[in-house]
Amino acid sequence: MGYPHKPHPKETVLLSEYFGDAEARTYDGWIKRGGYKALEKALSMDRAAIIDEVKESGLRGRGGAGFPAGVKWNFMPKEPTGPHYLCCNADESEPGTFKDREILRWTPHALIEGCAITQYAIQAEVCYIYIRGEFTEAIGVMERALAEAYERGVLGGNAMGTGKRIDMYVHRGAGAYICGEETALMNSIEGKRGNPRIKPPFPAARGLFGRPTTINNVETLASVAHIISRGSQWYKSLSLNNPRSTGTKLFSVCGQVKKPGNYEVVMGFPLKDLIYDLCGGMNDGRTLKACIPGGSSVPILNREETEACLLDYEGCQEVGTMLGSGGVIVLDDSADMVYQIMRLAHFYAHESCAQCTQCREGTGWTTRILRRILAGEGEMKDLDLLLDLADHMTGRTICPLADSCAAPVVSGINKFRGEFEAYIKGEKPATLAAV
Amino acid sequence: MQAGAAKEPLTGNMDQTTQYKPVFVGERRQQLDDVFKHYPNKQAALLPALWIAQDEQGWISEATMAEVAEVLDLTAAYVKGVVTFYTMYHEHPVGEHFIQVCTTSPCNVCGAEGVVEAFLKHTGCGELGATSPDGKYTVIEVECLGACGFVTPVLIDNDFHDSVTVEKVPELLARYR
Repeated sequence: MGYPHKPHPKETVLLSEYFGDAEARTYDGWIKRGGYKALEKALSMDRAAIIDEVKESGLRGRGGAGFPAGVKWNFMPKEPTGPHYLCCNADESEPGTFKDREILRWTPHALIEGCAITQYAIQAEVCYIYIRGEFTEAIGVMERALAEAYERGVLGGNAMGTGKRIDMYVHRGAGAYICGEETALMNSIEGKRGNPRIKPPFPAARGLFGRPTTINNVETLASVAHIISRGSQWYKSLSLNNPRSTGTKLFSVCGQVKKPGNYEVVMGFPLKDLIYDLCGGMNDGRTLKACIPGGSSVPILNREETEACLLDYEGCQEVGTMLGSGGVIVLDDSADMVYQIMRLAHFYAHESCAQCTQCREGTGWTTRILRRILAGEGEMKDLDLLLDLADHMTGRTICPLADSCAAPVVSGINKFRGEFEAYIKGEKPATLAAV
Repeated sequence: MQAGAAKEPLTGNMDQTTQYKPVFVGERRQQLDDVFKHYPNKQAALLPALWIAQDEQGWISEATMAEVAEVLDLTAAYVKGVVTFYTMYHEHPVGEHFIQVCTTSPCNVCGAEGVVEAFLKHTGCGELGATSPDGKYTVIEVECLGACGFVTPVLIDNDFHDSVTVEKVPELLARYR
């Protein structure tokens, strides 16, 4: 993906407009591009009116769960009895996803603006931007932007000259996928191991430091300023015939495709157009075999399903998968599905926090069975064993990490069973050494 | 522990003949005191404190864990529990340059394993996690670095490198002599 970003005519650039534009990273550059006007407007509005506007816009969580943002904010107590917190989830670690990284790197003030508006709406004086430890460049850019925002009076004890206090800090993670799960993220900020918490209580009741807390994804928060400045009706109009999925969405496309990168399109955009048109299609001489449209935790689609899929929350559900984080992994006919599914299972085994037995044992067991098959030592009954294991890993744990490991395994076996059988029957030579 | 006070070697499996050099004195102490202002309690400063310590010492020894525990009013065992949870804190000394290559599926399918081999070969590390005989490099495979559209992403120390190919490895390493 080259910079500066030259959008494809079919893209609708809202969040990605200034990707690659270094001047937009500075406070002055951001002001020149119309920045902080939405925050100014929001601070003069009624808190309830901001929440209603965001609710009305239909903005849903961009981190994976797709929960309506305004509804989430509305869960926060209206009459605080102590501090409220906002956490910005910038622990982007879902394989296939790299959109938040671009927002952090190129438009840090867009994120600061969105966070500040949200903080005002939910009465949170403090916001922690939790950035994964590996995003060294993004952390540096974000910290410089925050220092500038304090210096120029956007943040601090007299935010935007209103006499209101708005504080914002970067909290650097230290290498743990699970800290992207909202309750694990809160534990990590509190100086604990990143183990997810049992819900309820939900964060809006008892969250960070035991106080009411809202956790939103980077892309969700960055969208808020646009809704405040241009209104919910305008935002709602950014949808291809589905009022339940509105606005634009950043899709990170990676894998075996000609032009991987971030593309911003209106909700409901056809997945096949994203791959064949915006991304320039498959590599020469290759054909599409499979696609994982929402980050590695969602079910794999075969070619027919991929070509029928509309990219919004409901469109993905219709073909049996999920929109997730919008990390689109494209695989062509040269990809070894068994190997790639093993690699994903290995990822989840590595990242399991090990609290729940089904996950701690299940992810490792799944990986070992898949390695056995790849080593040519699998048996037909291993496929049933994998499916049975997956069943015990779905919906039975504190957080959805185990489900995420099961999703590619189940969809992989159901849709590409022949590839597994070829290893088992010895029709395909082993790709891993026997263990 | 008071900044600047004479220190007895702290507990841990460190070499008892060497005096432990504390992290949180002078500027580093000031840095930590600034971090405290961001949080309602000291425990929340644990991850930032460990980052400061690793930045100073290159890794987190048991003695460092004991110092961090003391500074934050925690126990050393608790600190160890947290250090071992997160993959980015080094529990052992590593090479002067720490190289992390992403090999999760999207990178894997585009040839990341070849990039890992190239790093192992050109650094002389030989195997994953081992440090090269000259002490310069340690190479590890890492799970998703969150830059899947820029295969293969590689993190060298604090520098993020996009789109690393097998051919680019020697030239990249030349910048980390």
